Amino acid sequence: MSAAPLPSPAPAMLQLEGVQTHIGPYHILHGVDLAVPRGGVTMLLGRNGAGKTTTLRTIMGLWKASKGRILFDGEDITRRATPDIAQGGIAYVPESMAIFSDLTVRENVVLAARSGPIDPARLDWIFSLFPALKRFWNLPAGHLSGGQKQMLAITRAIAEPRRLLLVDEPTKGLAPVIVRNMIEAFQALKVAGETILLVEQNFHAASMLGDGVLVMDEGRIVHAGAMSELVADKGLQQRLLGLSLDTHQ
Amino acid sequence: MNAAIATLPAPRKPRAGSLLLSSDPPRSVALSAILLLILVGLAVTPFVLEGSQPTATAVKICVFILLVASYDLLLGYTGIVSFAHTLFFGLGGYGIAIALDRLGPTWSSIGIGLVAALAGSALVAAVIGLVSLRVRAIFFSMITLAVASAALVLASQLSEITGGEDGLSFQLPPSLRPAFRAFAEPVLGLTINGRILAYYLIFFTALAAFLVLLRIVNSPFGRVLQAIRENEFRAEALGYRVVAYRTAVSVIAALFATLAGALLAIWLRYNGPDTTLSFAIMIDVLLMVVIGGMGTMYGAVIGAFLFVLAQSYLQVLMGAVSRAFEGVPVLPDILHPDRWLLWLGLLFVISVYAFPGGIVGRLRRD
Amino acid sequence: MSASTAPAPAAAALPAARADWLPLALVPAIMAAALPLFGDISSWVTLTLAGLAMGMMIFLMASGMTLVFGLMDVINFGHGVFISLGAYATLLVLGPLAAWAHAESLALNIALLLLCIGAGMAVTAGAGAFFERVIVRPVYGSHLKQILVTMGGLIITEQLIHALWGASPIPIPLPQALRGAFVIGDMAVERYRVAAVVIGLVVYGLMHLVLNRTRLGLLIRAGVENPEMVEALGYRIRRLFVSVFIAGSALAGLGGVMWAFYRQTLTAGMGMEVMVLVFTVIIIGGLGSIGGCFIGSLLVALVANYVGFLAPKLALVSNILVMALVLVWRPQGLFPVARR
Repeated sequence: MSAAPLPSPAPAMLQLEGVQTHIGPYHILHGVDLAVPRGGVTMLLGRNGAGKTTTLRTIMGLWKASKGRILFDGEDITRRATPDIAQGGIAYVPESMAIFSDLTVRENVVLAARSGPIDPARLDWIFSLFPALKRFWNLPAGHLSGGQKQMLAITRAIAEPRRLLLVDEPTKGLAPVIVRNMIEAFQALKVAGETILLVEQNFHAASMLGDGVLVMDEGRIVHAGAMSELVADKGLQQRLLGLSLDTHQ
Repeated sequence: MNAAIATLPAPRKPRAGSLLLSSDPPRSVALSAILLLILVGLAVTPFVLEGSQPTATAVKICVFILLVASYDLLLGYTGIVSFAHTLFFGLGGYGIAIALDRLGPTWSSIGIGLVAALAGSALVAAVIGLVSLRVRAIFFSMITLAVASAALVLASQLSEITGGEDGLSFQLPPSLRPAFRAFAEPVLGLTINGRILAYYLIFFTALAAFLVLLRIVNSPFGRVLQAIRENEFRAEALGYRVVAYRTAVSVIAALFATLAGALLAIWLRYNGPDTTLSFAIMIDVLLMVVIGGMGTMYGAVIGAFLFVLAQSYLQVLMGAVSRAFEGVPVLPDILHPDRWLLWLGLLFVISVYAFPGGIVGRLRRD
Repeated sequence: MSASTAPAPAAAALPAARADWLPLALVPAIMAAALPLFGDISSWVTLTLAGLAMGMMIFLMASGMTLVFGLMDVINFGHGVFISLGAYATLLVLGPLAAWAHAESLALNIALLLLCIGAGMAVTAGAGAFFERVIVRPVYGSHLKQILVTMGGLIITEQLIHALWGASPIPIPLPQALRGAFVIGDMAVERYRVAAVVIGLVVYGLMHLVLNRTRLGLLIRAGVENPEMVEALGYRIRRLFVSVFIAGSALAGLGGVMWAFYRQTLTAGMGMEVMVLVFTVIIIGGLGSIGGCFIGSLLVALVANYVGFLAPKLALVSNILVMALVLVWRPQGLFPVARR
């Protein structure tokens, strides 16, 4: 399967070539080929257990690829250690959010801003996306609700400009009104020019945000194309994901 | 309907030897040879080796084989690190000592002392085991350390009962005393006196107990223990109440340790904090079980045998070597016979890293 | 949505540290409860001070271990080694500078103490680096192996101390200025104990400051909760681990120096002896919590001293009693921290 047909002359921000990952005796990724273009949101969809989270973790170096290459803006990061990958400009928002409950909201964000104090203008922009964080700024992050924790997790990823955001199921388990809030935030990020690889189960959210779409099944990419194309083709949706747009949300 | 059922092959009758070893044979020619050597050696020591020293060493080996095997049940098979094991060893010794001291030197005193000690150990082990209900495994190890040190203190303080620091000396029943003659004539050149009888009492009891332990670890119960050691959460998910099993194994291990303590007291005609309760003994047991091979039972035999021999005879060797290096800085000090624990400690650490199966594991691999 | 230039504090700004004050109140509560049990104020003062001083020393010895466990999930049963090494390291200073201990000048005495502390911490920091690299690193991830291996390290080191310095106890002189007691009315307030309390408070204060006000402290607290995420945020947490292990060893060394002067004797097994107390204290405090360790140490030491005076027979089991009571109340310790 060749990579995204989006008309983009610049080299892909992220490219995976034949990436395989083994976790203990389990062979999860069976040769993943994908490309994430610069700017915009690329959705990574697929059934449970398809390998979406494993793909993100492998890119981030949390699990080591047993075969294949990962290229970030042309550089081979396959064998790099996680902290180095992060310092290279990739931010990761895991499915579990992984916020530090004992630290305050402020301390969580301060930790994420490696280079020093947070740019006040940027902070204002973040507060405009997620006003709740301002209210809870000095409270332990453990006191936040699920949706607020998710906002904090995303905030950590954007506290400083990063070149690529990897986000794993940000809308999982959230109430519809929060999901709408989340979608607006991502749209704002898109407008600001961020490159995002977003894993989603919620096809409605995916369709609202995605520019490009990658569909994964059994450790391989089985479809790559424009989101608009997938949204228009119900038959294709049915085949790939076993659902149609209207029946969801 | 019978025709539809395929005839199963008749089950093979297990060989007597396999039954005795609970289908857990040494699985290595070298190991079998060594074990046989140790067994035979222990069996004939009084007949073959002159003097009281070899017999005393042999007793020590028998007692420690049992003690270390009981500890292997905890550590090797269930993955529990307890530092309170010497507590039960001590209880066994004190049970015998106090009973024979207070109730007179008779066989019924031995019986009463043993039963009381076993009951006490079971109770304490059950309580300690249940403590693991509320705390994590790491806490448990630390708590056992605290309990062991408290026991030491208690033994010293309750001196009216335990004899304090000096311990308790006592007399054995007449048939176990040196003056007693089992037979008028010497057998195979050896006069069978009470001491010899005591030796064989200890030898056969230890042997029988060891075989029972072997049976236990190869039973369904033993297999559950190993499952718990491998993955506690999975075992719990499969329906095994981990806490119940841990408590049970705590009690069983304690009972065998108590028995070992009783046997030692019978030989020494004495029991005190230094012979059973001291932390040095706990460390020795740890060394023996790891160097011998955790989770194998036979490791206890090898470990105890090597350790006791080293303790008695290696020090002599080290003394000679140390004197040879006299005048050289530092070297004589670290080679000094009193420092033999240093080398054993090194062997211990190397075993944990490089030979997780200990000596038995090494022999089985070849 | 109003935009302000600086992040406004929330309406109810709770401090970043724990708001759970109940355990904090235990220490003054115990002190107050003991007062009526004593005949007179002066023995209460003496024993309270003794308890506080001992508590501070135990805290110093235990804090390293609880931090290492909380952050790295590593159990170092050989922690007592650093206590012994720190204590014996004082010989390096007391050897050449023994005269200072007997000098009249306060400055020289204080300098001697500080040099001993420096030597103790330097030696144990080095030993800690070695220990982490050689003994602990190969067994990350397996608690069982850690317990065994670190115990092995303990045995070996204790034997080495025996070999190098001999098996008999070595007396060490307490610096002149710290001997004896201040006399206030009819109360004797021992000088060395006051020094121990002061040093303990200073160290605790510094640790609290680092943990709560610096980026390093932030990293440590976050690392205790989720080391993987800290790495994903771009920090090399392995280096942090090693630093914390070394710092923990140095703290134990500091505790060892203070303990050595308290006993005025050095024995190879002194580190081991105190490990039971260390374990008791970190269990009570909650593995990974410095605050818990601090309170736990004071609690255990105060109770041990009070019971030792009021009901001597119970003295040595008082630790176990305190531990049992705390665990019944809070099975994870006073301040459970590690969120694994």
